[in-house]
Amino acid sequence: MIAYNTLVVLSGCALLGIAAGTVGTFALLRGRVLVSDAVGHAALPGVAVAALIVALLGADPRALPPLLAGAAIAGLLGVLAVQALTRTKRIREDAAIAVVLSAFYAAGVALLSWLQTLPGAAQAGLSKFILGQAAAMRAEDALIATTVAALCLALVLLSFQRLRSVAFDADFARVQGLRTDRTDLLLLGLIVLVCVSGLQAVGLILVVALLVLPAATARLVTHRLPRMLAVAAATGGLAGASGAWLSALHPEVPTGAAVVLVAACLFTLALLLAPERGLLARAWQIAGRRLSADTEHFLRAAWEAQEAAGAGPGTAGDRWAPIGAVAAARGWSLGKARRLAFWLAQRGLVARAEDHVHLTPRGATLARRAVRAHRAVEHHLLAAGAADAAAADRLADLVEHGLPPGMAARLLPEPSALPASPHALGARR
Amino acid sequence: MTLQDFLMLDLPPLLAAMLAGGTCGLLGSFLVLRRESLVGDALSHAVLPGIVLGFAITGARSGLPMLAGAMVAGVAAVALIAVVQKAARLDPGAAIGAVFTTFFAIGLVLLEVTGARSVDLDLDCVLFGQLETLVWVSGREPGALFDPAALATLPRQLGLLAGVAVAVALAVAVFWRPIKLACFDPGYARAIGLPSRSIELGLALLVAAAAVAAFEAVGSILVVALLVCPAAALRLMTDRYTVQVLGGAALGAALGAAGYALAGPVPAALGLDLALNAAGVIGTLGGLVVAVAALVRPLRQDRPPAPAPA
Amino acid sequence: MSAPLEVQHLTVAYGEKPAVWDVTWSAPPGLTAIVGPNGAGKSTLLKAALGLVPVLSGEVRFFGRRLDDVRNRVGYLPQRASVDWDFPATALDVVCMARYPRMRWWGVVPRAEKQAARAALEQVGMSEYADRQIGRLSGGQQQRVFLARALAQDADLVLMDEPFAAVDAATEAAIVGVLRSLAERGRHVVAVHHDLATVPEYFSSVLLLNARVFAAGPVKEAFTNRNIAATYGARLAVLDEASVGAAAVGT
Repeated sequence: MIAYNTLVVLSGCALLGIAAGTVGTFALLRGRVLVSDAVGHAALPGVAVAALIVALLGADPRALPPLLAGAAIAGLLGVLAVQALTRTKRIREDAAIAVVLSAFYAAGVALLSWLQTLPGAAQAGLSKFILGQAAAMRAEDALIATTVAALCLALVLLSFQRLRSVAFDADFARVQGLRTDRTDLLLLGLIVLVCVSGLQAVGLILVVALLVLPAATARLVTHRLPRMLAVAAATGGLAGASGAWLSALHPEVPTGAAVVLVAACLFTLALLLAPERGLLARAWQIAGRRLSADTEHFLRAAWEAQEAAGAGPGTAGDRWAPIGAVAAARGWSLGKARRLAFWLAQRGLVARAEDHVHLTPRGATLARRAVRAHRAVEHHLLAAGAADAAAADRLADLVEHGLPPGMAARLLPEPSALPASPHALGARR
Repeated sequence: MTLQDFLMLDLPPLLAAMLAGGTCGLLGSFLVLRRESLVGDALSHAVLPGIVLGFAITGARSGLPMLAGAMVAGVAAVALIAVVQKAARLDPGAAIGAVFTTFFAIGLVLLEVTGARSVDLDLDCVLFGQLETLVWVSGREPGALFDPAALATLPRQLGLLAGVAVAVALAVAVFWRPIKLACFDPGYARAIGLPSRSIELGLALLVAAAAVAAFEAVGSILVVALLVCPAAALRLMTDRYTVQVLGGAALGAALGAAGYALAGPVPAALGLDLALNAAGVIGTLGGLVVAVAALVRPLRQDRPPAPAPA
Repeated sequence: MSAPLEVQHLTVAYGEKPAVWDVTWSAPPGLTAIVGPNGAGKSTLLKAALGLVPVLSGEVRFFGRRLDDVRNRVGYLPQRASVDWDFPATALDVVCMARYPRMRWWGVVPRAEKQAARAALEQVGMSEYADRQIGRLSGGQQQRVFLARALAQDADLVLMDEPFAAVDAATEAAIVGVLRSLAERGRHVVAVHHDLATVPEYFSSVLLLNARVFAAGPVKEAFTNRNIAATYGARLAVLDEASVGAAAVGT
């Protein structure tokens, strides 16, 4: 049985992750994620000042609401400072963000060190906001953070259409009469809210990761906004909950680090395994494309070698072609040609004996199709003004295999008769 | 305050602050001019796992393994940012945000797992810096300044900082023109045959080195302040490249000195009971300088615009 | 003597779109314009020749040599340079950059190099603005500074990417003056050019390009209405699937 406190903290972190995932998706699409880095760091002096004021008023300096209010105000000031600096035109946004986040954070550090020298425990536990410590969260704190996150989520859902149109095409939205500046302000407000609600659990340094990583993960997995939001929310929620849980098991690991690492693992998985954009999927596609190109080239070269050996145009005859001749025709090394021959023999497309190959009926059908396509393109290129037959041969190869499959498919016809090669067959020039 | 106090307690942190400020200020201009300020931010965070690992493997807090580890981590982060940006088709900012937070989180966990923290590489050093802890035990009298044996007992961090500062200054001096062109027009640099790419990689390496060296003085995060604030302030004040770059270094060093002085010695001399975190004051001053430069700038903008071309 | 610039079977593609398709061409001595419709791969041809964009296939030779062997003989004027105009550099600084390959990498700029840079500024009528920050110049003046930079390279061949795009009259006159004086000194220019009307006036030879070569030669011979119409009227023939089918069936 999980303790009530733990349960509340876990579900709070999960909700936080969900809110961060959705807001982060819009921030990512609008190119604003790193503003949240400035917001997070800027919260530190806000927290410190709030603690000081509360302590001076004689209230409990550990009460969360005033601290979070201070963080929110300071975060907003940070955003305004970034905008003011970029308005000088001389300082670009990247530099403005870096200046603001480091200077605000520095002010926070200086303030904390001063609070430490004051009588009374005004600074007590403030530094846990830097790296986050979900384990130390009380249920009522978690509830507050949860409320803020839920508020965020509700705002996103309410203003979904606005956010979407601005995130996708701000100029178009403006032309349509949408007040994009207001929507941008709303987005910044949402970012501030998420950062503030994440302060306790994740900490101000790493809260930016909670906005970036789930959104980036979702972006890898899907192109469509509703799905992207769902994936980002799920990723964020999973990272938030499991990170908090991990850090509850190992209290010495800062919660922020645990949450970020879970999110980073999910992102890495998506980066490697995403169905279309993933690195593995893409490497697989490229390797497959290369192999099918090589296969086709080999079959065609074998066909043409047999053709040149006297079978006459349009027929493969029954002669055996030396692998060396295929290699020479393609400009391949003998080793590569042999490996391909082995692979094609495995697939039953050629018969292999004593360094010679012979097309099997299935191989001959494929080869005939490849030869036909290649020559069609060659003849077309010659008709369209390619310099000479040699150039047409080389360009036809490019058209067939140097271009993306979609475009090549449009270029490749299926004529009924097999035209003769416009150039002499044999070793490449 | 006695001279002995100054030599023992104030001189090492003052020197460290000035060296860190000068080195970072020098490199910061290149980052700002290349619109890569956030790469500086990323590098200063991303070196943490390298530092911790370098420390954990050798078991000692000596400069070179930590420096080596940090450089490896820095280069890995820069490479990874490029990969993530291309593969996931993210904008540079998002890729940076995804990578550096991950590296920093790994560093935090390593800090616990390797037990590095319990010894003397602690989290506060990462977060707040520890200028104040630098003391020179043998600095009892001015004569110690000329005594090799006494100088050898200067805090180790000072040696690392000084070494990196000299290396950075030399590299910037020797590659002055290629760096300038790589900042201004990398495409043209390549077109006329300058090694633009190597220069870019070299700059990232230098920033990583500076980030490690300064890390021990001002902490991981305030390195960003030293990298960006002087350069940003100079961007608002000058149109001369030489002034921008050298001025950035000078301003960085001045910020280091002024920040350290204001944090402790000056209030103490005035009899105030106020001791602030020096790194925090340095960073705050950096932000204030940028703010003042931004506020003053419109007042200097009364020059007439360029006359119409003849 | 080898041609200043010679490309053989050069093919360049950006993603899905072939931009330069099997171009074999050699630039004659003197002033040459590359002319063609938008998206015809004119700039791409220059950039590919300079190794600034990756090529799918083909060979490039400058004066019969590889670019790396003759870098200091080849100058380049990018299209409306995409630099940070707020960069802390004066007009003279920018022009001096052209001389960097001749200098040590550190120290002050030698007097002779500075003289050369000033002379280049003088030639484009920008002497009085030498010490002005580049962002404080007008668009045409900025273009002239970059022209001066290309001049200051003192190259035998200058590749210019749309030097006349969106410039004021003074700048256009300056560029024409520069072209003439380069030709008089026996230098060569290959310029991407937009304005058909001024081709015969400014250039001696022309290359009509629309992904592939439509015509090339002296302006009098190659710059005919028929060739121009063919260049501008042609769709990228390779991508015309109807004709692919027709050609294939016809054989």
